[in-house]
Amino acid sequence: MSDEQVTKKFLYVNRKAPYGTIYALESLEVVLIGAAFEQDVSLAFIGDGVYQLTKGQDTKGIGVKNFSPTYRALGEYDIQKIYVEKESLEARGLTLDDLQHLVYEDEDDDWAEKDAIKLVSAKELGEIMEQQDVVLSF
Amino acid sequence: MSMLHTVNKSPFNSDGLSSCLQCALAGSSVLLIEDGVYAARRGTQYEALVQEALKDKKIYALQPDLEARGVKSNLIDGIELVDYAGFVDLTTDHDSVQAWL
Repeated sequence: MSDEQVTKKFLYVNRKAPYGTIYALESLEVVLIGAAFEQDVSLAFIGDGVYQLTKGQDTKGIGVKNFSPTYRALGEYDIQKIYVEKESLEARGLTLDDLQHLVYEDEDDDWAEKDAIKLVSAKELGEIMEQQDVVLSF
Repeated sequence: MSMLHTVNKSPFNSDGLSSCLQCALAGSSVLLIEDGVYAARRGTQYEALVQEALKDKKIYALQPDLEARGVKSNLIDGIELVDYAGFVDLTTDHDSVQAWL
């Protein structure tokens, strides 16, 4: 056994709306585990997955835990790459302004706060997928 | 007599809403619940379908489900919001309920 830390590129692909099914919450838990092991983590939101990032979620009325604030903690885990597929947003009448503002602090730029969300096309997302060691789909 | 249809799936992930609106007769009601409420928003690919249905049907959306999902604003005009008590009233005010699961 070697003590050398193995770092792999992990992409978590999120395709389901929150609350209607358990996928979104389960994905978030796995993402945090991967990040805690200091892996190179990226997240992608496509299809109904983009609904996970809407701001102003208030679940008091449905008696379910509101896990949306957790997305704002991803920056603390040094997760810097959150890809949102732009056609999925457009098809749902949403813009970037409808989503939470997610940031990270860039170690290589004097800890400047930077936007974590990057709008990408489906083709660009396909290329990102090909660059990964592991792709996990939720 | 008139029927209440409930739709609980996102229109993007299920044909529940489309099938429901094809079958629902004029004068009947459609209640959007759970992920079904995403269809209540303006600007989606399904807005035209919902607008067409509003011409001869009542469409309701469950407000707590809209709020949970952060999509309570920018809704299609003519959709009425109900709370859980309103959901119960709708079921008793109609002769029967069809759930499009």
